[in-house]
Amino acid sequence: MLESGDVTVSIRNLTKSFGKVQAVNGVDLDIYSGEFLTLLGPSGSGKTTVLRMIAGFEKPDSGSIYLGGEDVSQLPPYERDVNTVFQDYALFPHMDVLSNIEYGLRVQGIEKTERKVRSEKALDQVRLTGYGDRKPAQLSGGQRQRVALARALVNRPSVLLLDEPLGALDLKLREQMQLELKELQREVGITFVFVTHDQEEALTMSDRIAVFDQGRIEQLGTPREIYENPKSAFVSEFVGQTNKITIEGKKINIRPEFVSISSSATLGDKSLEGVLRDAIFVGATTRYLVGLENGEALISIKPTEPLSVGDSVVVSWESKREFLV
Amino acid sequence: MTLSNRARYALASLMGVGLAFIYIPLSVVVINSFNASRTFSWPPTGLSLKWWSKAIANTGVRQALGWSVAAGLSATAIALLLGTCLAFAVSRYEFFGKEVISLLVVLPISLPGVVTGIALSNAFTKQLGISTSLLTVIIGHATFCIVVVYNNALARLRRMGTSLQEASMDLGANGFTTFRLITLPNLASALFAGGLLAFGLSFDEIVVTTFTAGPGIQTLPIWIYDNLFRPNQAPVVNVVAATLVVFSLIPIYLSQWLSQDSTSGGRF
Repeated sequence: MLESGDVTVSIRNLTKSFGKVQAVNGVDLDIYSGEFLTLLGPSGSGKTTVLRMIAGFEKPDSGSIYLGGEDVSQLPPYERDVNTVFQDYALFPHMDVLSNIEYGLRVQGIEKTERKVRSEKALDQVRLTGYGDRKPAQLSGGQRQRVALARALVNRPSVLLLDEPLGALDLKLREQMQLELKELQREVGITFVFVTHDQEEALTMSDRIAVFDQGRIEQLGTPREIYENPKSAFVSEFVGQTNKITIEGKKINIRPEFVSISSSATLGDKSLEGVLRDAIFVGATTRYLVGLENGEALISIKPTEPLSVGDSVVVSWESKREFLV
Repeated sequence: MTLSNRARYALASLMGVGLAFIYIPLSVVVINSFNASRTFSWPPTGLSLKWWSKAIANTGVRQALGWSVAAGLSATAIALLLGTCLAFAVSRYEFFGKEVISLLVVLPISLPGVVTGIALSNAFTKQLGISTSLLTVIIGHATFCIVVVYNNALARLRRMGTSLQEASMDLGANGFTTFRLITLPNLASALFAGGLLAFGLSFDEIVVTTFTAGPGIQTLPIWIYDNLFRPNQAPVVNVVAATLVVFSLIPIYLSQWLSQDSTSGGRF
């Protein structure tokens, strides 16, 4: 194991186009050993192509990928010390669960008893003990997901690549798997590179997030940095919600949860008056839509206040929560 | 969907008539092969195995069976090799004229056999200057055997997608190991079904065979056709026909069973 802080994957000036579409356009990225890094972006932003180039399924047009200091850009997938969890899981349908998990060890020539011990252990790790002799077709979506994870992790790769692995699961299961994945990653200490278009998922799980747009990294940082200090309009809109309003002739951005709402009291050094246009109760909070005097609208998300639609209200916030992009 | 009783009975009897229309004549052939009477008086007055022993002893029949099996197996082997390669090329790679090639491969199955036969015979004897033989029969049969193998393999490869191969390579297997452990096992039942159909097609082919068979090469269907109207051979023809019926049922049944198996996702 490398020391934490060591660079495991280093990407330099990576480009790739498919026909006329420039999928990846000059990406530089250092991924540290043991971190959970998420490539976040809308579909077509290049995040999956970068992942597939790290895995070796696509050859870059130019630029390099270093894995543990070695340039692997031209190596085939089977000569790279990375493993992938596919979006559709890609479990081998003609093999049972244990043979699926053993596959990597088998083709690398690990002898049978060690293979079996390690595969059984991987099966335990993803909490599927006793499912070894089932066929993939006999498993639920969540169980297939775990098998795919075990099949990749049993090889102890230096990097695990995950291509939108939770996309096919329903919301409840997805939230549960997010926590489990994060826990598993801490447990095994392997570098995870996770691709998703779900900003909430990215914020929940990642040590760092690289936000992709149009084949480039728009911003790289911890979830807090990305959320609280978005570097561009694109990032601020893609990650979380943002109010864009004009105050004293200046355009500012403020997150809805930092805006307080009340019938008269202010909380913070900035305040505006308006009319409550809509209030949507969403359980722990309520989404308030406020029409401002200058004609703009503002959303506040706060614990429910005794206000009704049509009331005159005061919205307020601390100016340090504002950001410019 | 629910049907009224009347509609159900009407449909059932229509189906019965349809099936009877096909299978009663076939069963008459099979029964007649056991008919003790030389003139096939109906209903049979007695049953006997004498035609069967006569057929087995008939060298012409045995030789024809040999030619048919040799032609069928060889044409199927060629079809398996070329049809699979073509299916891989069309499903996995992008190249100029792909759709046209796909169409050209499938076309021979719908071409009238007499046209294929004449064209091949012409090409072999006139243009290439090779005389017709068993080899030319095999090539002739392979032209349409390729189609069924190709179609089966292509459908399976398209449904498989590429992610299984990617997963295998990702886990450390090179191209050859991936083909051996992942692609081939998932393709095998489709190839087997295609191969059985191809053999079945070749085994009862008569038109193309007529034009491409060299002197002295007589496949089983051609032997039947030649001996059909010879009175003293008629009983033996019945036996051969009955055998053909049974033998063509086996591959069709198997290939249907196999493709059912694969569409339901394996185990269920």
